[in-house]
Amino acid sequence: MFSWRRFIVAAAFVAAIVAVIVLNARAGGSGASTSETIHLSEVAHASGIDFVHQSPTLDPKVAHIAAHIAALGACVSVADVNNDGWPDLYFTTSRFGASNALYINQKDGTFRDAAAEAGIGSLNRAGEGVSMGAVWGDYDNDGLEDLLVYKWGYPQLFHNLGNGHFEDVTAQSGLRSWMNSNGAVWFDFDRDGLLDLYITGYFRSDIDFWHLRTTRIMQHSWEFATNGGKNLLFKNLGNGRFKDVTDSMGVGSTRWTLAATAADFNDDGWPDLYLANDYGPEELFLNREGKRFELARAGLEDDSKSGMAVAVGDVFNRGRHDVFVTNISERGFLFQGNNLRINFLKELGRFNEIATGPVADAGWAWGAQFGDLNNDGRLDLVVVNGFISADSGREYWYAMSKIAGAQGDIFEDAKNWPAIGTASLSGYERSRVLENHGQAGFADVAEAAGVTDLLDGRGVAMADLFNRGTLDVVVANQKGRALLYRNAGPGGHWVEFKLVGTRSNRSAIGAEVTVQLGNARQRQVVDGGMGFCSQNDRRLHFGLGDQRLGAVTIRWPSGAEQVLRGLAPDQLHVITEPK
Amino acid sequence: MNATAPPPPTAARVPVWADPKYLIVFLITLVLVAGEARYSILGGYDRLATTLGICIATEVLLSWWLRGRVANIASAYITGISLALLIKPQANILWPFALGAFLAIGSKYVLTYRGRHLWNPSNFAIALLVLVAADQVAILSHQWGNDLRINLVIWAFGLAVASRARVLHVTLTYVGCFIGLAALRNAIVGGPLLAELAPITGPMYQLFVLFMVTDPRTTVSTRRGRIIVVAIVALVETVIRLAGDFQLALLRPLYPSPPLLALALVGPVAMWWDLFRQGRKR
Repeated sequence: MFSWRRFIVAAAFVAAIVAVIVLNARAGGSGASTSETIHLSEVAHASGIDFVHQSPTLDPKVAHIAAHIAALGACVSVADVNNDGWPDLYFTTSRFGASNALYINQKDGTFRDAAAEAGIGSLNRAGEGVSMGAVWGDYDNDGLEDLLVYKWGYPQLFHNLGNGHFEDVTAQSGLRSWMNSNGAVWFDFDRDGLLDLYITGYFRSDIDFWHLRTTRIMQHSWEFATNGGKNLLFKNLGNGRFKDVTDSMGVGSTRWTLAATAADFNDDGWPDLYLANDYGPEELFLNREGKRFELARAGLEDDSKSGMAVAVGDVFNRGRHDVFVTNISERGFLFQGNNLRINFLKELGRFNEIATGPVADAGWAWGAQFGDLNNDGRLDLVVVNGFISADSGREYWYAMSKIAGAQGDIFEDAKNWPAIGTASLSGYERSRVLENHGQAGFADVAEAAGVTDLLDGRGVAMADLFNRGTLDVVVANQKGRALLYRNAGPGGHWVEFKLVGTRSNRSAIGAEVTVQLGNARQRQVVDGGMGFCSQNDRRLHFGLGDQRLGAVTIRWPSGAEQVLRGLAPDQLHVITEPK
Repeated sequence: MNATAPPPPTAARVPVWADPKYLIVFLITLVLVAGEARYSILGGYDRLATTLGICIATEVLLSWWLRGRVANIASAYITGISLALLIKPQANILWPFALGAFLAIGSKYVLTYRGRHLWNPSNFAIALLVLVAADQVAILSHQWGNDLRINLVIWAFGLAVASRARVLHVTLTYVGCFIGLAALRNAIVGGPLLAELAPITGPMYQLFVLFMVTDPRTTVSTRRGRIIVVAIVALVETVIRLAGDFQLALLRPLYPSPPLLALALVGPVAMWWDLFRQGRKR
């Protein structure tokens, strides 16, 4: 009798092993979906964009892992710099002597680099530091987008003079303070009509990467590190000066923040701060009426990963700001998984994390942005990835795994890290284009859509670059050429909004637009920095799908609410805030 | 990991609190509670519920069905917790925990020789998942932050329990071999010595050294044999690590967890040889 029982148990045992193999194989096939509606073609060179990022050179004391430390700094930010109605692009590079680029839109499908003549090109200088990214915002409400360049070094604020030139106003602004920053966001936290500035710290601010006094510069934990650079909040005083109010407002996190963005997540009318932290949990700082920020317990604190970017989008058209944060996945070694956090702050006081399949696993993911690439009324998601693409026959994962699980004191000291040499680390990964199918989830259609590059993506931004009613995608690659994916999709109905603040900041950063789409409604926010070291166009783009354009509700940063009805689709509407 | 220790040397009744089996239950519970409270090491209580539930249910069902009596669930409890701690799959999937738990306990009843199972249950399940489900499963790579106290507390309790369970020689042999072989690896591949020593300061190694490699039910019968076997495990681990350093693509699937896979390779062969020799003596 025992023999047939044993046979049944053995059969179940074998069946379980087969099930493991089958379920694992399913994951491997998740990247092969087709798309009939998203078509992107890479046209950077044809458009006159030949920008190539260069990584910084660092102190020889960390030469053995310089490729790891210096794998940051490729950024792209979008703004209409010259108010001609066409979005322009700003790219940063990170090597002394190399120039950042300001590509002015020529309105004919091409761009021209005007950074040198504008005075915002040659910013990477010994003693001053190297560029890590930039955000645009009209801090003085003169109707011209100004530029903040954050660096490993002294950040620089440039006032847009309106004549194609910029003036460096850092010294008088009060912002000249050495930081090792990889992110910044403009937002008006106290709703006084002036854009304030939050600059994130990554490495500690006492570290000068070209004159290291110590090699104890790394994180002291892979999951709960708190020894990063301090994030700083600067209040705009309105006279061209900024005041550091970090401590009084309670937002001085030292959790190795790589990205920050601002939006009103809890619908109380005040912009909150959401941080993606490397080596630690994400942080949501809820704005208490501009008087202070409170670290929310919103289901984030126990979920420690390696946050690289934070993008905000209304995933299911519920009129809410959901959040996507990129993380690391590497076959066999580490599955942190990206987080797709659905906003239930009102009902449950928390986000629900629902990422699975291609949404969860996008390799070593960096920049990400939501945008309706096929105008079907749902926000798709673009994720760029790849950390270090070097010798494809050698990889650093094993060497890094030796110290990754160790006592923090060991790997906090860079000299204990194994040399990376010429090895790759999650290199040559393909970017993801995740088409939103609503309740059916996201499908990775990158290959079918024409996105096949294997460069090390960092910043990604979206904008209707050619005023066609369709979103294009711009990617800044580390040690690689910038890419411009021109949207060649069939297109559907759409509507776009350019908002001009009056009582609010002129850039209207923080303004929220909710568009009624049949029974659903999609909400978007004008961002002052989103993703990883990137910023989308100030103009908001909504695909309409097969729905009629219903009421459009604008909530301005000042608190004013405006409802517009009967707007025509397939147009850009310029809306000025009622005084 | 299996809690069943060899019988004590004397006939004196051992109080429950001093029974090595329950000391190990206590120790792994301590690791779980400390890791979860301080560092959220589990990644979700659903993972713990799944592995623990299926481990215990499988143990109860199979022991009753195949052996006519319900086994003590302490072993399944330890296996369940260690799997919940060690398996780190892609986000929001539970099947590796469910199937891993079933395979771990199932291996005790299916992969046997002369009535004894050959693999440490959790070692078998983890090795199998890492090797055949690498697209979705990795193993624990967390560390105890930079908090030396937690590290020391767990090592202190662990060594005390290992001593009580009379397997301290296994633990110390492994640690000694690891340190010696780390120095050897360092001499061969260069770089910082601390990078070679670093792995043993992490929780994955604590679970491995204090629970898995010392499992009395899957170690050989003699003290000398156990010392030799654990030294061979450390040696095979070093071979895997050197292959990792020299980027030997063939062994790439083994790189993420050298000690666990070394034990999965060496342990059953040693067990089989030991049981075979015992059988011939009889």
